[in-house]
Amino acid sequence: MDPLVPERATPWLSGDGPMSHLVLSTRVRLARNLAERAFWGRNTPLDRESVVRTVEAAVRDIPELNDASTVRLDGLPRLTRLWLHERQTVSRELAGLEASGKVRSGAAVVIAPSLSVMLNEEDHLRLQGLRSGFALEAAYADTDVVDQALGQRLSFAFHPEFGYLTSCPTNVGTGLRASVLIHLPGLVLTREITKVLQGLAQVGLTYRGLYGEGSEVLGNLFQLSNQTTLGKSEGELLDHLGRLVRQVMEYEERARDVLRRDAPNALDDKVWRAWGLLRHARSMSFEETLNLLSGVRLGQGMGILPDVPLHTLNRLLVLAQNAHVARAAGTDLDDDLLPVHRAQIVRQMLDHDGEGR
Amino acid sequence: MTTCQACHEREAAVHLTQIVGDQVTTLHLCGKCAAERGVETQAEVAQTPLGAFLATMGKGGAPLAAAAAGAEACPECGATLQDFRASGKVGCPICWTAFERPLRDLLRRLQGAVRHTGETYADPGAPTDPVEVVARERASLRERLRVSIEMEQFELAAELRDRLRAMEA
Repeated sequence: MDPLVPERATPWLSGDGPMSHLVLSTRVRLARNLAERAFWGRNTPLDRESVVRTVEAAVRDIPELNDASTVRLDGLPRLTRLWLHERQTVSRELAGLEASGKVRSGAAVVIAPSLSVMLNEEDHLRLQGLRSGFALEAAYADTDVVDQALGQRLSFAFHPEFGYLTSCPTNVGTGLRASVLIHLPGLVLTREITKVLQGLAQVGLTYRGLYGEGSEVLGNLFQLSNQTTLGKSEGELLDHLGRLVRQVMEYEERARDVLRRDAPNALDDKVWRAWGLLRHARSMSFEETLNLLSGVRLGQGMGILPDVPLHTLNRLLVLAQNAHVARAAGTDLDDDLLPVHRAQIVRQMLDHDGEGR
Repeated sequence: MTTCQACHEREAAVHLTQIVGDQVTTLHLCGKCAAERGVETQAEVAQTPLGAFLATMGKGGAPLAAAAAGAEACPECGATLQDFRASGKVGCPICWTAFERPLRDLLRRLQGAVRHTGETYADPGAPTDPVEVVARERASLRERLRVSIEMEQFELAAELRDRLRAMEA
């Protein structure tokens, strides 16, 4: 591992936050830009360098960020960048993982225990707080403290009418995007999900897959977030999202009741098969792992399967991904044996945590 | 950007969510592959998600300022409205003022609102004391000069040095 990258714990995977049986994690992101500087699309390598240095100087001055370290992505190997992305520390774009495969100069991230700040992403700064479970207020508070502290030391681009100015008009105003990663297998199995998602779109919510914009929905995991950022206060945006998420949780519980009532045998078979495959298969893709983990999570949540700790299931979502598997096995991303190593990691973790049950 | 999952070449422009059995999947296709598969799209697939909105900006409709014709450049970064239409991204904070009217128009449709009602921000970099104003500007110029020399951007460094000298004279 690159010695420059701090090996932080991932408390958002702990599975001990509120409503953790349905909501894996809550993320709040604030987009900020420095005044009097060109945005990402029009700035030069020199401008981006100056963003990093200016923010780094401010970070050193903030007691809440005493523990923070700044990681330059533009100097890191692909494996390490992907590893950081898999831990949700940086976006795909900033990590240079797109098809073109290049990291832009000045791409960096400030990593602190309670949040990370991406530098030179689409906006100069993107503060990201991640919490375990359904915890909108707490995740917002994490970012708000650091936003205030940074705002006293840096000059943010702010317009009296439009609010915080951003590179893309979809983020202007509060710059706030809150998202809740929620597991909805009941709604998928009862085929109610499309209706629910369509309903959410009509009231200003959008959904994405596990890895944000443009990512596929895998393992029945949906990221629900606010679509607009302007015209409502931060509190109103969080309230609105929170209310709708609670409603979706209720729909999911109802769908599970329907499954229990109408298809108990099919349900039993499905979750036990998932459990069996995860504990015994010898080669697995990440997609398959994710789908099986969804089955086990459902079975565990409905009291069908032995009580596998949620933190084990959550950690597997990250540990079963390519860069994590490659690193654990001491191999490369292009190793043909990754699916074999992955299956082994999954077996070991489930044996270890599910032993004797 | 996501690459088309069919040809693996072009950028995906159509994101098709399907439910097959009990799985929800999203298929990312470029306009061409989507058409080949019989997925109905608009005749012209917009380049960016905002493309459709942006294409209509400043065309027909209400008479807008000269900027809306697309040619006038932002005094700070030189971006034009045409640049914005092509990329979907604003050039710099000053662009938000330079193209205020067309942007407000866009926000009304995109966000359903034009006025920020959330937390307000007091820029610590906007001191009222004129001595402080000059001191800050000088410090900022010095920092940029230092970085430009380090990055061997000597032309810019010379310009910054001249501006600093003029201020100190």
